[in-house]
Amino acid sequence: MPSAEVRVGNFSAAPSYAAGFAGALLNPDLDTPGLVAGPRAKAATKRYNVYRNNVTVSLINAVAAVFPVTQRIAGPDFFRAMARFYVRAEPPISPLLFEYGRTFPDFIQKYEYAQSVPWLADVARIERAWLDAYHAADVQPLTPGALGSIPSERLVDTVLRPHPAARVIRSRYPALSIFAANRREGAGAVEAVEPEDALLTRPALDVEIRPLPPGGASFLAHLMSGCPLGAAASAALSDNPSFDLAANIAGCLEAGAFTTALGGEG
Amino acid sequence: MHLAGRASAASSFPAHSIAGRAGTSFKHEHLQAILADGKRDRFFEVHAENYMGAGGPPHAALTRIRQDYPVSLHGVCMSIGGPQPLDRSHLRRFKALVDRYEPVLVSEHLAWSTHGTTYFNDLLPLPYTRATLARVADHIDQVQEAIGRRLLLENPSGYLIFPESTMNETSFLAELARRTGCGLLLDINNVFVSATNNGFAALDYLANFPLAQVGEIHLAGHTQHADDEGDPLLIDSHDHPVADAVWKLFDVITRRCGSIPTLVEWDSDLPAWPVLRAEADAAQAIIDRSLQRSIAGEVHAVG
Repeated sequence: MPSAEVRVGNFSAAPSYAAGFAGALLNPDLDTPGLVAGPRAKAATKRYNVYRNNVTVSLINAVAAVFPVTQRIAGPDFFRAMARFYVRAEPPISPLLFEYGRTFPDFIQKYEYAQSVPWLADVARIERAWLDAYHAADVQPLTPGALGSIPSERLVDTVLRPHPAARVIRSRYPALSIFAANRREGAGAVEAVEPEDALLTRPALDVEIRPLPPGGASFLAHLMSGCPLGAAASAALSDNPSFDLAANIAGCLEAGAFTTALGGEG
Repeated sequence: MHLAGRASAASSFPAHSIAGRAGTSFKHEHLQAILADGKRDRFFEVHAENYMGAGGPPHAALTRIRQDYPVSLHGVCMSIGGPQPLDRSHLRRFKALVDRYEPVLVSEHLAWSTHGTTYFNDLLPLPYTRATLARVADHIDQVQEAIGRRLLLENPSGYLIFPESTMNETSFLAELARRTGCGLLLDINNVFVSATNNGFAALDYLANFPLAQVGEIHLAGHTQHADDEGDPLLIDSHDHPVADAVWKLFDVITRRCGSIPTLVEWDSDLPAWPVLRAEADAAQAIIDRSLQRSIAGEVHAVG
């Protein structure tokens, strides 16, 4: 078959069947690609649309699976319309769909029709962090008593290594209260109005989420970026003068936010 | 075929035989019900990508189920049928899962799902030509080399054709198996769906299928839509019980080939565990009848 041999030679140079087939999958304005057909001269429009539909709907479902609370707050119709725009604009670049949607909170923040729900993007940030914590490596967290073995004069230079599941999400809105109230159907009204910072951890199999006290988010953010305790505490105090160091350390350890304490040189 | 039960010093799980067994997709929602019902005569299949996170509940669930049952590892997005090189980091992740869970079967699809950097999350089709045959064979070699195991390659569900194809699907699969030594995963629902959609007889397809290379059978439910001309267009949706016509084809194949590990897939609109288990029980009954017939045949031959 000479024609087949010609195709072998041109395989890498010619636009591939994948390029020809993929172009219209996420673009409903494009025609059915000319390289496909139905059997016995049948049309291929509805046949090709099976793939279009599978791709778009399965990706919208993937977004909904990552952001179920965001969907509950927005309502399924609103959410799926927004997710449809998102999957067309920013389709996944990894086959691991539990990694998908990292840019979805920013997309929501800019989405014209979501402007009346300004906290929705922060709820989505909490959900994205929740799934990261869910899939994070299994590591035993540092126990609350572990810092006791470090001489007090070295504590200020001690560096705490963050647990792989630990995430801090800051919000100008009561995003954590809204998230918590909408995790189940039939959510009650949210009374909170103050900004909320959230700490997500997974000390064992269950993801835990708790509010951070004043200055706590700044303290943790500094610790998680490798700052020693002393410097992180100073940063937290300048962020919020009512920052309580002892209570914050105890709270972080109880949550399982760290794995090891590297004592400073004496 | 002795893919099962390879004893190894480093083995962290018991070896369970899969011979003559029916199984189902493993869904975490069913874990407690599966453990509670305590039947050990099944096997479970998981989609590899769902266990490619670092840790957490998915690994805990799979570890628990792997203790008691043979597990089949089914890859969904290696993009073996695509023109571009395989994603090496994805291949490493796949190999790590094979090493960690010691699955009794390892399979992937004759399809592609990534083009450029975009992952489409669907099993997309390819033309069957000498050029695509060579490329897909290279990809299978690469996977089998990486995992150190025989891969089973699954026939796709078809909704359209590529006029540029110069081979039919069964010859394409037979030639891939011959060149690479891979086995095949015969998805009988996909055969029925493709036959209906693309206008051929399922029994003709099965007659041409290289059945000697089949290491696993898939059964699943489909839904019916319509093509541009208003004729039935079946969708491989995995959200229904197995159709009667697919059970009949499975019976035909089991009579012809004897017992092959058989899996009932169910991936969306999940039913309660007893409903899915009943589907596997129905497959097991067909396998068991074929075993009884072959035993009776041997007794008859000896007598």
